[in-house]
Amino acid sequence: MIIGAALLIGLFVFPLWNIRLGAPQYPDPLGMNIHINKLAGEEEFDIQNIDGLNHYIGMQTLPKEGEMWEFEVFPYVVGIMIGLGILIGILGFLAKVGPGWFLGWFILMSVLGILGVYDFNIWLTDYGSNLDPHAIMKLTHPDGTPMTYKPPLFGYQKMLNFDVYSYPSTGGYMMFVGMALTFVSFFVGRKEWAKN
Amino acid sequence: MKTFNFLILISAALVIGLTSCNNQGQKSSGALTANAAERTYIPPGEYDEFYGFLSGGFSGQLSVYGIPSGRLLKVIPVFSQDPEKAYGYNEETKPMLNTTHGFIPWDDTHHPDISQTNGELDGRWVFMNGNNTPRVARIDLETFETAEIIELPNSAGNHSSAFVTENTEYVIAGTRFGIPIPQKDMPIADRKGNFGASFSFLSVDQDNGEMDLSFQIRVPGFDYDLAHPGRGKSHGWYFVTTYNTEEAHTLLEVNASQNDKDFIAAINWKKAEEYIENGDFTTEATEYAHNIYDEHTHTATSTIKKEVRVLDARELPGLVYFLPTPKSPHGCDVDPTGEYIVGNGKLSADLTVHSFSKMLDAIENEKFDGEAYGIPILNFEDVLGGTVVQPGLGPLHTEFDNNGNAYTTFFISSEVVKWKVGTWEILDRKPTYYSVGHLSIPGGNSQKPWGKYMVAMNKITKDRYLPTGPEMNHSAQLYDITGDKMELLLDFPTIGEPHYASMIPADMIMSKSKKIYKLAENEHPHATTNDGDVRIERDGNNVHIYMTMIRSHLNPDNIEGIKVGDKVYFHITNLEQDFDVPHGFAMMGANNSELLIMPGQTETMVWEPKKVGIWPFYCTDFCSALHQEMQGLIRVSPADSDVELSWSLGE
Repeated sequence: MIIGAALLIGLFVFPLWNIRLGAPQYPDPLGMNIHINKLAGEEEFDIQNIDGLNHYIGMQTLPKEGEMWEFEVFPYVVGIMIGLGILIGILGFLAKVGPGWFLGWFILMSVLGILGVYDFNIWLTDYGSNLDPHAIMKLTHPDGTPMTYKPPLFGYQKMLNFDVYSYPSTGGYMMFVGMALTFVSFFVGRKEWAKN
Repeated sequence: MKTFNFLILISAALVIGLTSCNNQGQKSSGALTANAAERTYIPPGEYDEFYGFLSGGFSGQLSVYGIPSGRLLKVIPVFSQDPEKAYGYNEETKPMLNTTHGFIPWDDTHHPDISQTNGELDGRWVFMNGNNTPRVARIDLETFETAEIIELPNSAGNHSSAFVTENTEYVIAGTRFGIPIPQKDMPIADRKGNFGASFSFLSVDQDNGEMDLSFQIRVPGFDYDLAHPGRGKSHGWYFVTTYNTEEAHTLLEVNASQNDKDFIAAINWKKAEEYIENGDFTTEATEYAHNIYDEHTHTATSTIKKEVRVLDARELPGLVYFLPTPKSPHGCDVDPTGEYIVGNGKLSADLTVHSFSKMLDAIENEKFDGEAYGIPILNFEDVLGGTVVQPGLGPLHTEFDNNGNAYTTFFISSEVVKWKVGTWEILDRKPTYYSVGHLSIPGGNSQKPWGKYMVAMNKITKDRYLPTGPEMNHSAQLYDITGDKMELLLDFPTIGEPHYASMIPADMIMSKSKKIYKLAENEHPHATTNDGDVRIERDGNNVHIYMTMIRSHLNPDNIEGIKVGDKVYFHITNLEQDFDVPHGFAMMGANNSELLIMPGQTETMVWEPKKVGIWPFYCTDFCSALHQEMQGLIRVSPADSDVELSWSLGE
């Protein structure tokens, strides 16, 4: 449980998610790392270059520091959850609290995670479809509806000349492993609890 | 019927004749091995194994090739103006071509040499000589741009140049022509005994590569040809061939070919350093230009320097010795161990190889055979290391592989001959097409040759490619030298007339190659790093336009208030920070070239409008889908007009 919660500390160092854009003229793909407190280019100028490309189709520029409330709040949420998880773990180790608390933490974290993903998806949808009416290129689908550019929440999508890949990154994987450990610790804890 | 049979006979004869001609044709292209194409083919998207830096000869530039494919990667402007890149046209690079003779838009480049550490190529810089108005340039291998040019005083025809010592302590630059030093008005016929020549020792700052003319060694007024610094055991020495020891001043092809032997001069530069340290030099007043391009200000400055320290080899003992070498030697090459000095006597039937240890012994025991202008001439037999007997006609230049073999070019017999260092045995010979000058092997002039390939640079092309009128590119040939016999793999055309090339494994430099210039590090005094600083300032008739460019607009793109008689400076900054997104800039009626501005860089064009009207400018480098829209207009009013200066974008 302690290790599981502690693995979430990785989120303060490593990105949670990664979106990568490759195209014939971008043999080294442009990459954007989503941290819990900021967006960062994989290479120094990737964010600027993504913005540069997106202005043709009227997309907003990517949020800079201080432009999104999520980046202010998420670190606190994650920090509190880590503290709470470690505390529960220690109390559990000392047999002060039962394994139900482990499950409780896991469920709370999962709900927060789902809310986070839901929020992320709303932002992606806005980012990809709330386009400047004076965009240089206004493209439409074959059926005449305006084309939007929401990057995939998860997985691969072909968007115009770009191959877009959206997958968890190091911090995200650490979070998943950590949460899985807390879930496992619930069952292990329950066995131990039953023995005693 | 009879006639018919006769015709068949004639046709048959013709067919046979043609076929045999064809066979001969194939033979003369060097009995290509079946898989030569495979061995030089670099599939799309993959990289060559070596960079080849080929001098441009009379083009004045340095071209960069991929080896073994023979693909041209870039032409780096060095001593010649290049309208494609605005080198020598924009305000930033004009000072690079400044000399004490004023602005010189051209030179003749001969010998590129890559910097070395411990006698091995290290891939930091390429140094190269300008032969006509003596200069040495340094090309940076992170930007692949010319970073520095230094003029050489007391020198004429900077040919035995520019060669680096084994830790790049010095770039040594020898003169070609003897001249009066200092220059003076005198009858040409009085040349003999009244001319001098200089060897310039340019020290190199190991951190930033900057050169400094540390000292010159004054030598007799012969003509000097090619040179090589010693290495390994002969480190600290410099060897250079002489011709015209006759000191003829006219019809040199006859009058400078009379002496049975000319010399290789052996210069002890460690001794020279001692003399400098002891203060045994004279400081002479002179003038030379020193031009440096600053990568952060994107601007070159030219400084005229006023004096030079001189050591006179005719008076200071132990500085220079002459090694007699048959018949007007051209190339002077040192094997990887440093023991053997090959004199390529271009009118000799044999190849003469001197021994460094025998030379030291002859000096120690004073085995002299007279002197010339106070400089001891060593006895030929006492310094001779060996002779390659009758290898070919007209030897010019020798390099070495990693297996103790030497490869010598023969201009007259148009071939490369492979021979064994030490046994002097001839191992192989292959024709070249045609009349080869220099050759190059990766690391073949250093202590650590990589071998593998040899490039022969030919002086005559004739029929090797589709004809292009009387003038055509020179031809180079690539040989595989991994086996006992050399194998011809490829022909490729070159830029100008490469006199030499230096080749290095690609992985030693490719990762250092810059992709962009960072805007945050742009220290150009006229840079405009954000759109808020875009402006136009008038100072009398001088108008400074601070413009930015990014896909896909120029800011400002509407300008009014310019007048006939103004001198307009476009200071343009490319705001891109993406790899390979340069923008160009062209102004209708400007009396110079375009600008070609790399991401993060600032360049300046001067335009003096002569006609009233509205004149367009535009981006010349297809940068995006909206490149064609990347354009603007300037209103030019009469000189006495009172149209206010104004500028805008998107209003």
